[in-house]
Amino acid sequence: MILKTLVAQLISRPATNRFPVKYMPKSVTRFLAQVQEGKAKIHPPVPVPPKFRGKIAYDREKCIGCQLCIRVCPAKVIEFKPEVKKIRMYVARCTFCAQCVDACPVDALSLSPDFLLASTDRLAPELIVE
Amino acid sequence: MSARNPKDNDPVLPAVEERVVERELVGAEAALGETFAVPIGPIHPALKEPIRLTFRVRGERIVGVDIRTGFAHRGIEFMGMRQGRNLIQILYLAERICGICSVSHPIAFTQAVERAAGIEVPPRAQYIRVIISELERIHSHLLWAGVAAHELGFDTLLHLTWRVREKVLDVLEELSGNRIDYAIPIFGGVRRDIAPEQYPKVWEAIRYYRGLLEQLLDAFLRDPTVEARTRGVGVLEPKEAEELCAVGPTARASGLRKDVRQDRPYLAYPDFQVRAITPEDYGLTPVGDVYDKIVVRLLEVEQSLNIIEQALENMPEGEITSFPKIPALLAYLKKAEGEGLGWHEAPRGEVIHYVRLAAGEESLLVWKVKAPTYSNLLSWYPMFEDQEIADIPIIAASIDPCICCMDRVYLVRGGKEEVWPKEKLLKLSWEKTRRMQR
Ligand code: SF4
Ligand code: SF4
Repeated sequence: MILKTLVAQLISRPATNRFPVKYMPKSVTRFLAQVQEGKAKIHPPVPVPPKFRGKIAYDREKCIGCQLCIRVCPAKVIEFKPEVKKIRMYVARCTFCAQCVDACPVDALSLSPDFLLASTDRLAPELIVE
Repeated sequence: MSARNPKDNDPVLPAVEERVVERELVGAEAALGETFAVPIGPIHPALKEPIRLTFRVRGERIVGVDIRTGFAHRGIEFMGMRQGRNLIQILYLAERICGICSVSHPIAFTQAVERAAGIEVPPRAQYIRVIISELERIHSHLLWAGVAAHELGFDTLLHLTWRVREKVLDVLEELSGNRIDYAIPIFGGVRRDIAPEQYPKVWEAIRYYRGLLEQLLDAFLRDPTVEARTRGVGVLEPKEAEELCAVGPTARASGLRKDVRQDRPYLAYPDFQVRAITPEDYGLTPVGDVYDKIVVRLLEVEQSLNIIEQALENMPEGEITSFPKIPALLAYLKKAEGEGLGWHEAPRGEVIHYVRLAAGEESLLVWKVKAPTYSNLLSWYPMFEDQEIADIPIIAASIDPCICCMDRVYLVRGGKEEVWPKEKLLKLSWEKTRRMQR
């Protein structure tokens, strides 16, 4: 019984998702450049399901400045810019409830599959959507 | 609750006087005779949540315990009452009372508000709520089983159970978009439908767990190590469970057939004929020890699979919410007036939300939450009685405590903590009820 399990474990795939590369490259930027040129390969990230709630995407053109998203957002993520009647979102505060997406009357907001949002700076440019 | 010795004002080691067990001392214990206090917590006492347990021990045996809570009071109810939030925002606050029961609290809360405001929930939405909450039960029970194995020092089993648990999280992610905090219920319905192309994923998960169930039962219940560490440990007698108002699997492991889904069916639950699970269903006489709690939780995984199966097969067609437009919902809720109670059988037991709405007010007038651990905490007293120090972690974990959900009030006045005896609490509660009735 134990032997059977052991052999099965040896030949079965690992249960966890794989790292992009097996060993840490000496220079990450150089490695990424190589990947871009097609010289090196990385394990692709695990795909997310179609309705995944990732970073909120904002279509500035569609937005009519009705502020409904601001009224329903539980985490005070969204700020109104009265001069241009558009909004600004601080993604670091977002709880990914997608209530703003449901509330928006013109579908200016949507969910992207982007989930790699870790940062040491809450106000980093990639964490502000406007 | 705790009778305090006026002489003993040491802030670190408070007096422990409850239910000191007197029994005949034998051998080395007789030589030890005296008791001493072992403080555990408030940081990370076996569980990853703050609570302080002070054990009075004689040798290796526990003779008394003092439980202090209140280290993680977050003031969630206060934030929901007249703090400038509207009900939709409060819904997500309710979801964050517990990260593991993260659909149970919204289900109870939405029901309370729906009763208060007189909102109907379409049948399809009720079914979706049931499916999500049963999936959550599977994930929570498997999580608990893993934690229990870890507390026993059986980490292989922990990793095996948690690996198995990934599947149900994937399904929840597929259905809701989030692994936890699914944000599915909303007043008057649910926010996401289960699309036809998603059914196969759920069915696949059901088949996966059906195939694994026997293995899980085998790994936990027919393992001599697990049995030796859990049989006769942390016993909660049926009578005590009843007297102390234990809920959920804690009560059911003691043989009480107590389940809100059975006793007061709500949403679509009347359709599924839920019957509370006790160890008798596994052919055992209920003892109320940790072993029985494992039995009940594993059998409930199977029960949840049955419910999800039935729900998927009989899913009614139709609307998923009676308020498709958010502004209409907000306007309706602002006008609503009344009080309502919502309940749900969370994985840990019964959760209750009470709300009171006032016309013209966007937020809540009154909001009261009772999390299952609040009812279960008192069962710790008899469970710890006369046990060994080494069994503290597994006994503490056996009620599946969720301390942060439970901490509802904590008073510190002028830097001094106050202990309110039962009589004072009763008096205050009468006064408050009178105030509210006015
Ligand atoms: S997803 Fe939720 S928390 Fe994030 S911006 Fe939208 S409403 Fe606010
Ligand atoms: S709800 Fe939509 S249209 Fe209105 S302000 Fe927000 S993003 Fe713009």
